[in-house]
Amino acid sequence: MNKKQKNLLIRIIIAAVLWVPLFLISEEIIEVPFFQKYPILLFCFFLIPYLLVGHDILRKALNGIKNKQVFDENFLMAIATIGAIALGEYGEGVAVMLLYQVGELFQSYAVGKSRKNISELMDIRPDYANIEQEDGTLEKVDPYEVEVGSIIVIQPGEKVPLDGVIEEGNSALNTSALTGESKPREVAVGDEILSGSINMTGVLKVRTTTEFDESTASKILDLVENASSRKSKSENFIAKFARVYTPIVCYAALFLAVVPPLFIMLTHVGAHHYATTGAIWADWVLRACTFLVISCPCAVVISIPLSFFAGIGGASNQGILIKGSNYLETLSEVKAVAFDKTGTITKGNFAVTAVHHSPVAEQELLDYAAHAECHSSHPISLSLQQAYGSKIDPTRVTGIEEISGHGIKAKVDGRNVAIGNEKMMKLVGAESHPCHHVGTIIHVAIDGEYYGHIVITDELKEHSKEAMQQLKKAGVEKTIMLTGDAESVAKKVAEEVGLTDYRAELLPADKVTAVEGLLKDYAGTNKKLAFVGDGINDAPVLARADIGIAMGALGSDAAIEAADVVLMDDDPLKISKAIKISRKCLGIVKQNIAFALGVKLLCLILAAFGIANMWLAIIADVGVMILAVLNAIRCLAVKNL
Amino acid sequence: MKKSYKIEVDCANCANLMEEAAKKTAGVKDAVVNFMTLKMNVEFAEGADPKAVMQDVLKNCKAVEEDCEIFL
Repeated sequence: MNKKQKNLLIRIIIAAVLWVPLFLISEEIIEVPFFQKYPILLFCFFLIPYLLVGHDILRKALNGIKNKQVFDENFLMAIATIGAIALGEYGEGVAVMLLYQVGELFQSYAVGKSRKNISELMDIRPDYANIEQEDGTLEKVDPYEVEVGSIIVIQPGEKVPLDGVIEEGNSALNTSALTGESKPREVAVGDEILSGSINMTGVLKVRTTTEFDESTASKILDLVENASSRKSKSENFIAKFARVYTPIVCYAALFLAVVPPLFIMLTHVGAHHYATTGAIWADWVLRACTFLVISCPCAVVISIPLSFFAGIGGASNQGILIKGSNYLETLSEVKAVAFDKTGTITKGNFAVTAVHHSPVAEQELLDYAAHAECHSSHPISLSLQQAYGSKIDPTRVTGIEEISGHGIKAKVDGRNVAIGNEKMMKLVGAESHPCHHVGTIIHVAIDGEYYGHIVITDELKEHSKEAMQQLKKAGVEKTIMLTGDAESVAKKVAEEVGLTDYRAELLPADKVTAVEGLLKDYAGTNKKLAFVGDGINDAPVLARADIGIAMGALGSDAAIEAADVVLMDDDPLKISKAIKISRKCLGIVKQNIAFALGVKLLCLILAAFGIANMWLAIIADVGVMILAVLNAIRCLAVKNL
Repeated sequence: MKKSYKIEVDCANCANLMEEAAKKTAGVKDAVVNFMTLKMNVEFAEGADPKAVMQDVLKNCKAVEEDCEIFL
C-alpha cells in the first residue's frame, strides 16, 4: 500500500469505530437519554466520522461544480449522503460514505497490485551491464551508457543487458521472458544473444550490437507498455457511456425527488400511505438518494481497462506481444486465418527426403552431389551437404561451373558430375526420369550418364498439424495457405496439415490480392481475417489483413514494426493460444459489462419503487465493483489456455 | 513531436478527465492517458514548446482532478 492508501485506511478505521456506537444510539438500541433530549447533538457527533472519511469526496464534488464538470461519482456520493443526513438518516448517510471509501480503497489497492504483477511478468528490463576494467575487475554501468561494439561480461544468473554476439564462453540461456519457451537455449562463441534473456550457467563475454534504446528488451517493453493506450471499442464505449450516463442518472434522480411527491400532493393518489406532506417529500428524496448511490459507474469504468491490460500482460508473458487493446479485441473475432507457407507452416529448412533411380548406393550419389555443390550456400546445397553427413573434402572438387537456370557442373574425383533440373540433364545429354514425388527434384548425371534424382522437401513444423486442430477448436472456420510454391507442393502440404484451403503459385503481390478476396467474403460481418507470416517479405499482406501476426519475429525489427501481434518464437501453436487469450479477455469484459449494468439496472428499478434501501444500494455498488475487479484479474491467468 | 510523461492519478475516470483536459490545452495535438501504466503520451502541435505547454496541461489537469500529478 502506498501512503495515500494507508492514509485512507486509517481514516476509514477511525470513522468506522466512531460510527458504530453512534449508529446504535441513533437506532435506539443503546438508550442514551441525553441524545434523545438533544437530537441535534447526535447530528453534530455524526458529522465527525462523516467529514473524516468523506471530506475529500465533498471537496472534489465542489471542485467539479466549480469546473463545470458537475456530474461525476464524487458528486453522486456527496448529494446522496448529504440528502440522507438532511432527512435525519444520519447513520445510513455516514455508512454510505464509509463503504464508498472502502470500495475506493479496494479498487486502488487491486489496481496497484495487478499493475505490479503485470510489470513483474514483464520484468526483462536490465538494471546494469558489467564492463571489464584493465585490471580485470568488473564495473557495473548503466546499460544506457554502453556504446555499440563494447565488450560486456555477463555472469551466471544475470540478465543479458544488451543484444550482442558472444566473443568468449558458452552457456545456457533462459529466454522464457522473451519467448515463453521454458527450455534453455545452448549458446556458444559466435551466437547472437538477445537482451532480456537470463544467463544460467557460464560466464559470457559479449560484443554489443545495439544501443540500449534499440535493444530487444527495450523494444518489447515499449511495445507492451504502450499497448493499452490504443483503446478498444469496448473501452471507448464505456468512456462515452460514463459521460452520458452520469448526467442522465442525476436528472432521473431529480425527477424522482420532485415529480412523484408533487403528483401525490396534487392528485392525492396514494397519499393515505403518508402521515404528513413532509413524509411524502422525505420518502421520495431518500429514494432519489438511493438511486444516486446505486448509479455510480465505477465498477465498469475500472474493470474494463484492467481486463485488457491484464490480458496483454499475460499474453506477453507467453511470448505473444499484442500491440493494443483494439488488436486484442479484433483477435477475438478472427474466424479465418491465412498463412504464409515457408517459415510459418514449414520450417523453411530443406531436407533430402528420397533418392530415386540411382544405379549406385544412395550415399555415393549424395557424396557426388554434396561435393559438386560444396561452394554454394543455397538452402538446397546445404540440405544436400547435411544429408551427406560426412565432412566435405573440397580438394576432391575442381572446375565448378554454375549454369544459371540449370544447375552446377563440376569434376569430383576426376568424374564429370552435373546436377540440376531437367534442362541440365538435356544439356549434358542424359535422359532424365520424371519424378512423381512432390518437392524440389535434383537430377544427377555422371560422365553424361543419368544417375537418378534426389527429392528435397521443406519439413513441416512439429506443431503445424496440431496448431490447425487447435485453431478449429478455438472456432476458426477457415485456414488458408498462401504460397508461391507449385500447386502440387501446396496441395500436399495443405492436406498433410489439415488446412481448409490453399492458393498456390502466388507472386508476393498476388498474396495481397488473395487476402483482399478473403476480406471481401467477410465484408459486412463481424468475422475477421488474420494473416500469419514471418514478417520478412510479407509486410504489405500483414498490413492489409484485419490483423497481422508475425511469427518467429524475435530480433526482426521489420516484423515487429509491420505486425499487430508478434509471436516471439516460431511455434504455430501460439496462434491459437493468442486467439484463445483474446477470447477469454473479451469474454470477461462482456461478463463484467453485463453483470455490472444488469445489477445496477435492477437496483435502480427497485430503488425507484422504494423497495431497495440505502444499505442495499451501497452494498450493490461496492460489491459489484469488487467482483468485477476480481473477475478482470482473471485475464492474467492465460498460461494453460 | 511526441513525449511520454509519468503521471499519478487514482481512478480510471479521473484519467479520462485528464486526457480530455490535456487534449483541450493549446499546443497539444493529441494526448493519450494510460491509466494502467500511469503514463501520458502527448503529441505536441508544430512549433509548440513542450515545457511551456506541459505547464498548461498540468494546470488544466489539476483543475479537473486536483489529486493528479504529472512528473515533468
